[in-house]
Amino acid sequence: MSEFILLRHRDIPDLDQLKVYLKNGGFEAWKKVVTSMEPVELIQLAKDSGLRGRGGAGFPTGMKWSFVPNNLWPHYVVANADESEPGTFKDREIMESNPFQFLEGLMIASYAVQAQNSYAYLRGEFWQIGLKLNQKIAELEKAGFLGDNLFGTQYSLRLHVHMGAGAYICGEETALLESIEGKLGQPRLRPPFPAVAGLYASPTVINNVETLTNLPPIVQNGATWFREHGTEKSPGVKIFSLSGCVNNPGNYELPLGAPFRKLIYELGGGIPEGRTIKAIMAAGASSALIPATEAALDTPMDYESVANLGASLGSASVIILDESVSMSWLAQKTTHFFKHESCGKCTPCREGTYWMAHILDRIEDGGASAKDVDLLFTVARQMQNKCLCALGEFSTMPVVSSLEKFRRDFLARVDGQTR
Amino acid sequence: MNELLAKYPKEIKAILAKYPPEFKRSAVMPLLHLAQGDPGYITPQAMQDIADICGISITEVGSIVGFYTLYYDKPLGRYHIQVCTDMPCALRGADKFLKELCERLGVKVGEPTADGLFVIEEVMCLAACHRAPMFQVHGDGDLVYHEHQTVDTALAVLDAVRQKAAVEKEAKA
Repeated sequence: MSEFILLRHRDIPDLDQLKVYLKNGGFEAWKKVVTSMEPVELIQLAKDSGLRGRGGAGFPTGMKWSFVPNNLWPHYVVANADESEPGTFKDREIMESNPFQFLEGLMIASYAVQAQNSYAYLRGEFWQIGLKLNQKIAELEKAGFLGDNLFGTQYSLRLHVHMGAGAYICGEETALLESIEGKLGQPRLRPPFPAVAGLYASPTVINNVETLTNLPPIVQNGATWFREHGTEKSPGVKIFSLSGCVNNPGNYELPLGAPFRKLIYELGGGIPEGRTIKAIMAAGASSALIPATEAALDTPMDYESVANLGASLGSASVIILDESVSMSWLAQKTTHFFKHESCGKCTPCREGTYWMAHILDRIEDGGASAKDVDLLFTVARQMQNKCLCALGEFSTMPVVSSLEKFRRDFLARVDGQTR
Repeated sequence: MNELLAKYPKEIKAILAKYPPEFKRSAVMPLLHLAQGDPGYITPQAMQDIADICGISITEVGSIVGFYTLYYDKPLGRYHIQVCTDMPCALRGADKFLKELCERLGVKVGEPTADGLFVIEEVMCLAACHRAPMFQVHGDGDLVYHEHQTVDTALAVLDAVRQKAAVEKEAKA
């Protein structure tokens, strides 16, 4: 038995070996859905569980599946394993150490929408994980868990791994589909949504790795059991990737709604060298900064409560910033990331990230005036609500929030004041 | 004559089987990974071969190579030593690590070492924020992470790669 629902490998050695996974209840959920459940029952189960997408948006998984029309075929399921948000490293641990639970989840999602070919899109840097997953898929085919007429039914399924090649934007679901289709990873205009016209213009469900990994235990134990964890609106557990200025960075599996304080101090061991915490980024580089007040530290980490702080839980990549960090330096770092990763398709993002990066370089180099700080704010605000996908919007989050909450850090750099 | 197809018939067949037969273009990324493995970059001939296999123009293949950072269209160092200096890694000393690594190797970022074996690059987040400083070694069709690094451990990793390359060279000769 394991205390964990997702990171079960931490309690069960060699869980990435098929025989060990089978001994620990592996693929019982898979057999159950294929041999005894109608797809519509499975979709209802996902809806009842309240499972929400773990990739960042928190969209209800069962509802997403139910949007797939049954008069258009074939259907596809794609696992989004492009994990590239600075501060996020949870899907990687799942795929490295508990790969079968992830694959079983992908298979269950495929059955829910009756997809017969499903893909896992991995960022190219996960090369070793890609090799490993290919091996695991081959083992599953050999063991009869994948292939034609599974368990003697009419249902057939095959899984394929598609490797990316270094592009953050491919985590955006429509850019990801373009990338599988062999095109530049640039987002599509919506509508149509992928549920209707996704991969190869067919109805497609795209789910995050962690979302999928929740499915086998939900099928095994039921929706009521799942709702025993987490909060009413954000049920279940979540993997929090903790990084930055903290003594014990790493992945922590906690019920949604656990307070920041528990993650940062109890599990994370607090701030190095006794320094004072300054701010929290809850959603990686895409975060609005949360000043680390006592009230903020006591805030439950669930989708609603973090939104009430004017931020977002996103994929729960919690980056800790302490008093030694200048927010103007931070904004320069995140902006350079987004400038590099902007796909160049829409003007506000392409030009906006470029100019924000220029102004921030000038500020950090000590060649800026207070007017430049105002200009930076104007450029960032101009970008908001105008970009084709979320990347451009994300790029403005740390800039605008740091200017609003830590403007003094920027002013300390201007008018000839250097570090 | 499609050189790539002649060199890797089995691999290319397996790649094409992953996608619907009417969407051969989907194979372009796995084919680029395959083609890049041996010379370490995408040659113009490989681009043409891939275009022919996928039924698209060489310009379209070229645009894919340009868009994605893990494809190289020039021979620049056999092993790309890619250090993440993104914000979470920088908070754990990645900028200093990169600077000192370059100093010890006597090269600048983006400049190959004298033996042409390594080129040090600064890259964006590699999903290893909790184990920084870290880097990946990309070359010979493989990609390996090295985490919890110091400049000394990094230099030892590079030495091991250098020795492996020397042994292979001898074996070939």
